[in-house]
Amino acid sequence: MKLNQLTKPAVVLSVAAVLAVPTFAGTSANAASKADTWTSAKQAGGLKGLAAACKKEGQLNIIATPRDWANYGEIIDNFQKIYKVKIDSNIPDGSSQDEIDTANKLKGTKRSPDVFDVGTAVGYKYIDTHYAPYKVINWNQIPADKKDSQGRLTSNYTGVMAVGYDGSLGTITKLDDLLDPKFKGVVALNGDPTKASAGLNGVFMTSIVNGGSFDDVSKGVAWFKKLKDTGNFINVDPTPATIESGQTRVVFDWTYNHKAVIDKFKAVGKVWKTYIPANAAVGSFYNVGVSKWAPHPACGRLWMEYVLSAEGGNSWGKGGASPVLWPWMIKNKTASNDAIAVIGSGTSVAAGASVDQQAAAVTYLTANWAAAVGTR
Amino acid sequence: MDNSQITRAGSQTGTGSRFWRNKKDYLGVLPFLVVAGLFLIWPTINVVYGAFFSDEGKFSLKYITETIQDDGHRIPFVHSLQISFWTSIAGGILGALFAWAISTGKPDGLARRFVLAVGGVLAQFGGVMLAFAFFATFGFNGFVTTLARRVSETNFLASPEWLYGLFGLGVVYTFFQIPLMFIVFLPAVENLKPQWREASESLGGSAKDYWFRIGFPILFPSFLGGLLLLFVNSFSAYATAAALISQGTIITPLDIGSALSSETGGASAPLAKTLSLYMVLIVILVMALYSLLRKRVSKWEQ
Amino acid sequence: MKLGIPSRVFRVFIIALTALYLAAPLYGMLDFSTKPLGGQGGRTLRAWKAIGNQEDLTSSITVSFAIAIIVMLLIFLLVVPTVIWVHLRLPELRRPLELICLLPLAIPGIVIVVGIAPLYRWISINITESPISLAGVYSMLILPYTYRSLSASLDLVDVATLAEAARTLGASSMRAIFGIVMPTIRSGIMSGVVISLALVLGEFTISSLLSYDTLQVVIYLLGREDGKIAVAVSLAALLFVFAILFAIPTTKRRGAILDADIA
Repeated sequence: MKLNQLTKPAVVLSVAAVLAVPTFAGTSANAASKADTWTSAKQAGGLKGLAAACKKEGQLNIIATPRDWANYGEIIDNFQKIYKVKIDSNIPDGSSQDEIDTANKLKGTKRSPDVFDVGTAVGYKYIDTHYAPYKVINWNQIPADKKDSQGRLTSNYTGVMAVGYDGSLGTITKLDDLLDPKFKGVVALNGDPTKASAGLNGVFMTSIVNGGSFDDVSKGVAWFKKLKDTGNFINVDPTPATIESGQTRVVFDWTYNHKAVIDKFKAVGKVWKTYIPANAAVGSFYNVGVSKWAPHPACGRLWMEYVLSAEGGNSWGKGGASPVLWPWMIKNKTASNDAIAVIGSGTSVAAGASVDQQAAAVTYLTANWAAAVGTR
Repeated sequence: MDNSQITRAGSQTGTGSRFWRNKKDYLGVLPFLVVAGLFLIWPTINVVYGAFFSDEGKFSLKYITETIQDDGHRIPFVHSLQISFWTSIAGGILGALFAWAISTGKPDGLARRFVLAVGGVLAQFGGVMLAFAFFATFGFNGFVTTLARRVSETNFLASPEWLYGLFGLGVVYTFFQIPLMFIVFLPAVENLKPQWREASESLGGSAKDYWFRIGFPILFPSFLGGLLLLFVNSFSAYATAAALISQGTIITPLDIGSALSSETGGASAPLAKTLSLYMVLIVILVMALYSLLRKRVSKWEQ
Repeated sequence: MKLGIPSRVFRVFIIALTALYLAAPLYGMLDFSTKPLGGQGGRTLRAWKAIGNQEDLTSSITVSFAIAIIVMLLIFLLVVPTVIWVHLRLPELRRPLELICLLPLAIPGIVIVVGIAPLYRWISINITESPISLAGVYSMLILPYTYRSLSASLDLVDVATLAEAARTLGASSMRAIFGIVMPTIRSGIMSGVVISLALVLGEFTISSLLSYDTLQVVIYLLGREDGKIAVAVSLAALLFVFAILFAIPTTKRRGAILDADIA
């Protein structure tokens, strides 16, 4: 084989490699734009100015934002349509802790998340380090206990913790029904409670049912240990795939997530039911914040404005989640009928544990959860 | 032909020129050394070195000693050893039997090519996809589960939660251990010369005599070597477990992954490096044994 | 080899059992990916057809193939010539080179990623964000397999004589290596190249822990959204790599090529 014959494949390969260059054309890191110093829309020249700055940045990185979580799909689509900016959605099924960890890992790169949607326990652990202060236009409509004074984290939406389950399993009237053998191997908790707010609040709810409280999650851990010992509890993150396949037929999760499953099941003639224990309605706000090292700081702030607006609020409502602006939206009649049809016009929300109570619970769980349910 | 003759053949003068010639030759390996240094050697040193430091960057044996004592890390490590041990035995025996069965067939036939290709794919290729294959088969809607449920509601295969723990992981691991053992062991079985069998038979020995006195003893070092390789393969695996076990860290690779990424559960870079160091020590130990065995085996192959 | 009846029965039994064990999950994937939505209705190819619509998936396939091409280039232009060079000119480096090439066997992917994470963060910020940079670490992962198949070929062919003949006929060192020696050990190189393709397309550990979206990472994420599509893609990928591996010409040495011994 002559040298010429060897060069031909080499040339072809080189051309292919060169053609691959556009896929990795190095984009140099953004010079620190003024946008990452903006603490309110006024400094950007109002919403219009913010939108223009975002359009120039061209992209928004969100993380741990599943499309069927509280109707996020509609919010994502609308944002892209209105502001003509591409949204890149990373690890949709990640937990709040995964969001922080990914931001740490990708710090300084253009793939780092721009905004966070974190539960209260995990979110406030990093209040001093990970968020840029920003007060949205509707700042004054949000109660003082639902926002950080500097605007680093702002409460966004909440729901109620419930047990969702495949209707063909019967009807659940009390939590201990789940200890029955017919639920063998199908009960799951949405997330590790030391990392995910849904998981944590599932344990809170269970604890309250069993005589505990927001200050005492040990009863909840004990109950889950019991459930694990019967063989009913599995250490699996419920996802759309696991619910559809029937791997997780009973899921501890927020009502707004169950709503998505109810709709999906109805479309194929099945039934997904939910059960909320009496006197144990537990809720918790998720919080939105812009990353301190957001690669697209203007878009991050624009996203915050959008989700904390009446339009965003109506999307939450349609998805079954209660937006933090709901009392204001009901009062000034910006709440849409579609949203009211789903979550009603009442403005009270389920009680939730305080930041300190959640922190204490996570400490307890870090020491005891893994051993109790065998994740080790 | 000896190499010094080659280098000398092209040189003009005596020792002086040849010395420089050799020096220039070393430049030829420089590009490779740069790439290997960056992407292989430096990370290894980084891991081994970093295990001896604390979070603050000071030299400390803190993590080295703590990890053995902490249940949260010791238990996954024990699990890793257990699963590697059992899956290498299970995969080893089945793979060896399969190698024997195929070796008695047509060499270079279609069946053999097919099997070697399948083996190659399964041994190398993607724990994530394997995990999904098992979901699809033994999971709640899997066809085996559905069949089992028709037989009886309470039989083992009808309730698939066994899949998502250490036992299930072991079953999935065995799936790719079998082809690996097959690939590694086939040459050893093929080296059993038929003359030995004929000699044994002509001396009045039965099949049992042949196997127990000749076959097994000859194959044993290769078999053991295969088991060791399977052990390392299972011990090092991460992807399958990551796909199968979505909550918790029941084996050390998952523990390392969590220590690398996550801040909950007391994670930090030195912790990840310490756990990695322990893993590497085990692997090197096993590979050293394997190397010794192979040296013995190569004597037979001559 | 003539087998007695009990041996033959046993042999068939073993083959059948193993074949069943290996085929069951593959059939399971086909069955699962064509199941109707919601359990009603007949088989459907919905999941398979949807593969083309998954933007993340198609871009990750492109990226993974691009990485594979670069890894193959690295094999052709860096690894193989270096091994030949050492084999011919620097025999005292043969043992160290062998040790380096076999190091990845002792250092599992999960450990490499722990050590290499800072390097890749630096690359991400200063050189390129793209997963293409993974080609660097992947080319190291395939070293054991490439080296093994290369040294098997180099032992078989008297490369020293070949190179010397080329040199005395006036060829430069480069030409001798690329134009004469490499074509002769073509099959050894090709085996290594094909294994590399399988490894690059199948790699998950390093890319996921470095947060890059390669094929396996996307399949994994897809699996949490829509199980059927994920299983369909997995099956397609498995069959694809199998087809390529099946196409390698069979030689008795091929079994040894895939074998990663360090004797």
